[in-house]
Amino acid sequence: MAWDISHLQVLEAESIHIIREVASEFQRPVMLYSIGKDSSVMLRLAQKAFYPGPIPFPLLHVDTSYKFKEMIEFRDRLMAEVGARLVVSTNHKALDEGANPFRLGTERCCGLLKTQALLDGLRAGNYDAAFGGARRDEEKSRAKERVYSFRDTLGQWDPKNQRPELWNIYNSRIEPGESIRVFPLSNWTEMDVWQYIHRESIPIVPMYFAQQRDVLVRGSSIIIPELAITQPRADEKLQRMKVRMRSLGCSPCTGAIRSEADTLPKIIAELVAAKNSERENRVIDHDREGSMEIKKREGYF
Amino acid sequence: MPAAAGVVDLTLFDVDEFLRNEESKDLLRFTTAGSVDDGKSTLIGRLLHDAKGAYEDQLKQAIRGGEIDFSLLTDGLRAEREQGITIDVAYRYFSTPKRKFILADTPGHEQYTRNMATGASTAELAIILLDAARGITTQSMRHSYIASLLGIPYFIIAVNKMDLVDYNPEIFHRLRAEFAPFLTRLGVDNAYFVPISALKGDNVVDLSKNMPWFDGHSILEHLESVDTKRAFVEAPFRMAVQRVVRPDMTFRGFAGQISSGVIRRGDEVLAQPSGRRSRVERIVTYTGDLDVAHAPMSVTLTLADEIDISRGDMISAGPEPASSRSIEATMVWFNAQPLDPARHYLIKHTSQIVPARVEAVEYRINVNTLHAEPVTSLSINEIGVVRLTAARPVFFDPYRENRGTGAFILIDRQTNATAAAGMIVAAAETGMESAADRLARLVRAAVPHGSHLNLPDEDEEAVVVVRDALKGLLRHD
Repeated sequence: MAWDISHLQVLEAESIHIIREVASEFQRPVMLYSIGKDSSVMLRLAQKAFYPGPIPFPLLHVDTSYKFKEMIEFRDRLMAEVGARLVVSTNHKALDEGANPFRLGTERCCGLLKTQALLDGLRAGNYDAAFGGARRDEEKSRAKERVYSFRDTLGQWDPKNQRPELWNIYNSRIEPGESIRVFPLSNWTEMDVWQYIHRESIPIVPMYFAQQRDVLVRGSSIIIPELAITQPRADEKLQRMKVRMRSLGCSPCTGAIRSEADTLPKIIAELVAAKNSERENRVIDHDREGSMEIKKREGYF
Repeated sequence: MPAAAGVVDLTLFDVDEFLRNEESKDLLRFTTAGSVDDGKSTLIGRLLHDAKGAYEDQLKQAIRGGEIDFSLLTDGLRAEREQGITIDVAYRYFSTPKRKFILADTPGHEQYTRNMATGASTAELAIILLDAARGITTQSMRHSYIASLLGIPYFIIAVNKMDLVDYNPEIFHRLRAEFAPFLTRLGVDNAYFVPISALKGDNVVDLSKNMPWFDGHSILEHLESVDTKRAFVEAPFRMAVQRVVRPDMTFRGFAGQISSGVIRRGDEVLAQPSGRRSRVERIVTYTGDLDVAHAPMSVTLTLADEIDISRGDMISAGPEPASSRSIEATMVWFNAQPLDPARHYLIKHTSQIVPARVEAVEYRINVNTLHAEPVTSLSINEIGVVRLTAARPVFFDPYRENRGTGAFILIDRQTNATAAAGMIVAAAETGMESAADRLARLVRAAVPHGSHLNLPDEDEEAVVVVRDALKGLLRHD
């Protein structure tokens, strides 16, 4: 008898172990659900962890109101299918005051509509543990992130004072008001995520697949103009081209890429050949050197 | 042209074949330790770069003054970038056509012993660097000791900077002859020696033309070839229950990740602490029931009999796990606050948390000389052997035999800090037996240049004779 076990099975088993530990050791866990492919994988792992029982915690979506329409449609369809309980958190106050990335810059806009709305949502639910889909391979500051990432009463991360993490034994002890962020996909790479989606036939937002769209080309970004604030200026024109999203976020800040990849194997083939890592097309990470680390210290995922 | 880099000519690439190969690859976790000058970052940068692990835009950020500085690929946090040092464990991911790899990259100085232990805890292989020009250093001995203590089964001893000694085979052979007996004493029986130059890329990924006298394989070839399945399935079946899954009155399953061994439908299992036995009725997963499951899979078991099992309980087959409230363990101290027997601690072992007290510190191990030193406490980055008493029994195997059921962390009850990592040696003997063992340990510590690790055989025998004699005397009194 051969005891072959693939890397995907090892990663799956590890993630399920983490999800079960958190669900058993915390009073009020919640799973952050961003609608993206990593969230799709995390949701499937949660289904597996408690099967044949239901997922014993709600999902929380931080909605900036600038998400693509197709993302929201997908979210609502999937929640009905899975039977999960969804909580949506939006910073309506900032939106009423006209918050958008063009007026505020991406950094301040993210601070209000993502970080603030996230912290508000976590506080409103009194959640003591929040699952996030971040992976260590995404960005350099994440390479040292723990699986259980401890946050103080203000939700902040102190990279110099992280709890050591050995084996698969996690320290779940916190004081009232403190919380942890949990990253069950810590050890997955982008390629692992795509291969797992392929192997398990996990549903993802159709925007990941290439199709003909009317887009706005601005500098090195390809913008899908869904909103009043992303309509072409007088000197700009819409162009029709076959594009897809490599990662999903807010429509003004998440660029599309030109692509012919309209099936999963084609996406994976494209990934193999791609020379740029995944977050290249997100404007926010390049604001300044180490910007992801700064956002995380402030409470962003 | 904006973002045209993503367009791929799919006619040149057989995706289905690629996916079949990719999805069947296995995973190897390995670790390295090292400090600024010993070439560790250069070696890792070389592995990541040459194995195509580094994406191009990360490379762009790593370019300083025209040449790629490989160490910038691996140092993550701002503070570290500013100081130019690695102060934590960084995890790196790369892949070759044969295997996927997770690398735990750790700093090497003595004050980072705890980080090395963290990186080593999940690793199946350790790369130890020796410097061809400087010879065996305290640091390489310390790294080897920590890696062996954490139970890493495979070692690669990379004799680095061969370019600085004109690729002289004599130097490589001499270092190997000197270092191999030390590894044997540590209990390492799977050490592979490779002469390399991380800077020049010799024998890192490809075999070097500069060392035609070396007839082994490169570091990457060795990483691709070690057997990762051995440790998973050799030990008897152990699964700590994480959660009882009970969606309705008809189903009651015990969810957990198999720490070791193999389980089949129909196998007899033991539940602790109840001590009740039953048979595995179903092995349930989301994608269907299984006939057989093995480590490290996460599954849900249902049993033929109604027995009382809850979170923290151990389900096992084969030889029974030991059950004891008193344990002897080697501990690596993590916390700035030293070990204090008067403080309240918690043990987290498998899926149970138990209040515990530190009864005694038997001795400290000097990580540089590997000598045992009598102490009454342990401070940050120190390693020692202690006796603990838990409020309830823990169900374990010695760490040397089973990493999954032999490991625990010690949590400070007041601050919630992870105070130490523990590796169970055995159930602690109580009363007179233990007194004899402690006397024997004092004898060991008193032997000049001796320690529990590198006593000459005749002294080791003497210690055993003395201990047994003491035990006999105590029994007759």
